[in-house]
Amino acid sequence: MSGIAFPEPDASVIARRDDIVAGLAAILPAECLVTADDERRAYETDALTAYRRLPLAVALPRTTEEVSDVLRYCHEHGVNVVARGAGTSLSGGAIPQEDAIVLGLSKMTKILGIDYANRTMRVQAGVTNLGISAAVAADGYFYAPDPSSQLACTIGGNIGMNSGGPHCLKYGVTTNNILGVKMALIDGTVVEFGGPALDAPGLDLLGLTIGSEGQLGVVTEATVRLLRMAEGARPVLFGFPSSEAAGACVAAVIGAGIIPVAIEFMDKPAIEICEAFAKAGYPLDVEALLIIEVEGSDEEMDAELGRIVEIAKRHGVTTVRESKSATETALIWKGRKSAFGATGRIADYICMDGTVPTGQLPFVLKGTAEIVARYGLRVANVFHAGDGNMHPLILYNCNDPIEQDKAERAGEDILKLCVKAGGCLTGEHGVGIEKRELMLHQFSQADLDQQMRIRAAFDPAWRLNPAKVFPLENRIAA
Amino acid sequence: MSLLSPATESEAADMVRAARAARAPLEIRGGGTRAGLGRPVQAESVLSTRALAGIVFHEPAELVIRARAGTPMSEIEAALDAHNQFLPFEPMDHRAIYGAQGEPTIGAVAACNISGPRRIIGGAARDALIGVRFVNGLGAPIQSGGRVMKNVTGLDLVKLSAGAHGVLGLVTEVTFKLQPKPKSQRTLALRRLDDATAIAALTAGLGSPFSVTGAAHVPGGVTGLRLEGFPESLDYRGARLKALLAPQGEAVWMAEDEARSFWRDIRDVRPLAEPRDAALWRISVPPTRGPGVAAAIAAARDARWLYDWGGGLIWLATPDTGDAGAAIVRAATRAARGYATLTRAGEATRNSVAVFEPPSDAEMKLTAGIKASVDPDRILNPGRMHAGV
Repeated sequence: MSGIAFPEPDASVIARRDDIVAGLAAILPAECLVTADDERRAYETDALTAYRRLPLAVALPRTTEEVSDVLRYCHEHGVNVVARGAGTSLSGGAIPQEDAIVLGLSKMTKILGIDYANRTMRVQAGVTNLGISAAVAADGYFYAPDPSSQLACTIGGNIGMNSGGPHCLKYGVTTNNILGVKMALIDGTVVEFGGPALDAPGLDLLGLTIGSEGQLGVVTEATVRLLRMAEGARPVLFGFPSSEAAGACVAAVIGAGIIPVAIEFMDKPAIEICEAFAKAGYPLDVEALLIIEVEGSDEEMDAELGRIVEIAKRHGVTTVRESKSATETALIWKGRKSAFGATGRIADYICMDGTVPTGQLPFVLKGTAEIVARYGLRVANVFHAGDGNMHPLILYNCNDPIEQDKAERAGEDILKLCVKAGGCLTGEHGVGIEKRELMLHQFSQADLDQQMRIRAAFDPAWRLNPAKVFPLENRIAA
Repeated sequence: MSLLSPATESEAADMVRAARAARAPLEIRGGGTRAGLGRPVQAESVLSTRALAGIVFHEPAELVIRARAGTPMSEIEAALDAHNQFLPFEPMDHRAIYGAQGEPTIGAVAACNISGPRRIIGGAARDALIGVRFVNGLGAPIQSGGRVMKNVTGLDLVKLSAGAHGVLGLVTEVTFKLQPKPKSQRTLALRRLDDATAIAALTAGLGSPFSVTGAAHVPGGVTGLRLEGFPESLDYRGARLKALLAPQGEAVWMAEDEARSFWRDIRDVRPLAEPRDAALWRISVPPTRGPGVAAAIAAARDARWLYDWGGGLIWLATPDTGDAGAAIVRAATRAARGYATLTRAGEATRNSVAVFEPPSDAEMKLTAGIKASVDPDRILNPGRMHAGV
């Protein structure tokens, strides 16, 4: 049923499985090694559930030293390694292969240090995104990137994919909020890039590592930047009679020099799905909804909202509803952040992640609707409008192979449209296996060759997450 | 030494290919105002980006600008000013400390990752850089990133190019995200604080919810905290901040002109510009470690300094004699888990003392591996960052 190809697994590695398991057992205690069939099955896929491959074994190290030992073993014995945080990747970034082990960071959940005066925090890679903010919330601090999966996803996975989230409009994505990492290379060498101070001189190996999808090494620790919470935050719902009007309002707000903390967009199908799930009070009589969040003191929020409302009125807004309480605020964000899960209750879906210049939003929304209609499918749009990062959810039935194929082809067409409009294939989910073969629509072969040669400086034998990011044809090793 | 001045990216690529065929290394130069930054390069020719200039587009509604590398900063700033926008990282102008003439370029701001006081809130140049085109050492034009703010497609060669000082490629075109200019800015000043008290004040400000966009201290002079935004909001936040800073002293609003020149001086390190024959170190540490690091260096060596980034950035001037203080500076900096760069020193010093923080063995191996993957014959700015790379 699958449209995405996997490389042929190496039969000689699979034949050595017993030896490999024994080798790992010499490094890790029994509770850190998963070998039974039914237990390994929990690691055969991530949030791209249409694809699954059973790994040779799953290693769950507790320390950087154990990660390093496992990698050194795999390096010396020719075994591929797929690193895994919480397995929430939508692009298949954590899907393993039959000839690879999964290296899971789920036992590395320690908070190593909080330094409020310098506004930094050091954590192990398996700490969840929300776990970081939760640890400092009572003291008035937070960690800014907030992907929808933040309850489950790990900081290690966020670093692998350079994750975003609604509040990145003001505060930047993962790469703008990480000061340093500790990482084990494939030969077991442990390196540190960056640290508690800003802007390490030398090549920006930290910047190169973030978003490298587990291909350069396995991140075991991170130093993150903490921010002080604003005095208050208030999301406001703006309902519009058309997606185009909402899109034009976004461009006008930003054009007027106002950068709210977040501007989220939902079309009518998405509003209905999310409202049915979260009962957040989203208006059901509009075609498009913007959630715009402002922050500051009450007076500051009132002033900024006044300016935004004025612009929205010029764009035909029909509903304006401010959150009146913390409970209401939580519900509004719960509805938005559970959009993917809520959609999953009514249908299977694939979620696209292209980014386009904000001026192109109306054009690309229209094109998306046309593409999906052409394949006879339905789509719900819920995305980060302020930065043009779109998330069309293409609804289909995963038990129908023909429909799955149509959904994947529609997704490809949408991403090609995003690139054509001046954007990119993925804004925050990563390339993974999902968009690997589309890379030549955005890059020339020379661009990809250069990236692969740099990759080879870290992992010359392509042991680390090898089936991802780069098209399977024309690969370059050291 | 000959001067090459390509007018297009393909001309530049031809010149790099020819230089590679002749094994004749190139020194890359923009406006030449930062020629003193980094180790001296042994090159046959200078490749200038002077003719590789011009704004490709500025889309105010999308908050993005794309320009060719040799575009003067003055041209970029004028274009952005016209739409009340700016580069959010407040790039330093190095002419004061080097006594250089000429026009700084946008390409150098990207290639050298040049930031200023706003770095603490607006990110560094590398954070605002969202797209880059460069010619690698094989003479192949390469693109990475694009024109959108969120883009995780492929390895991030944009970040790798920022701060690589041209050793990984001739940057030909850059795309930056922009921010709307704040409607107004005001600065609270405290005076005559000792270093420890001053950094405590800056730490309190930066740990507040009031979005401080500049936090600097000149020993013996002003300790400044800058606020930006709508005027009514500044009144409110300023009052709250004054109350918060009371334990350290009485904070008063600076006059507008005084504040503007204060931040320009901090950005360009003017208080330490003279004498020009002194060595100048740029030291990045966790902010609260700043006073300890400065004191440790001053205990062993004649030194003057100032703090930016709430104490996290120390600019320190010391006589350019012996190792220009390298051993002492690096020991004090490392003990605080920071980094030191020898931003200004005579050519002889920069040849004998590591200018950039010496990488660990593993980091050096990766650095050399990346250099070899991009520029195998070491044609572009060889040795600018580290000997042999």
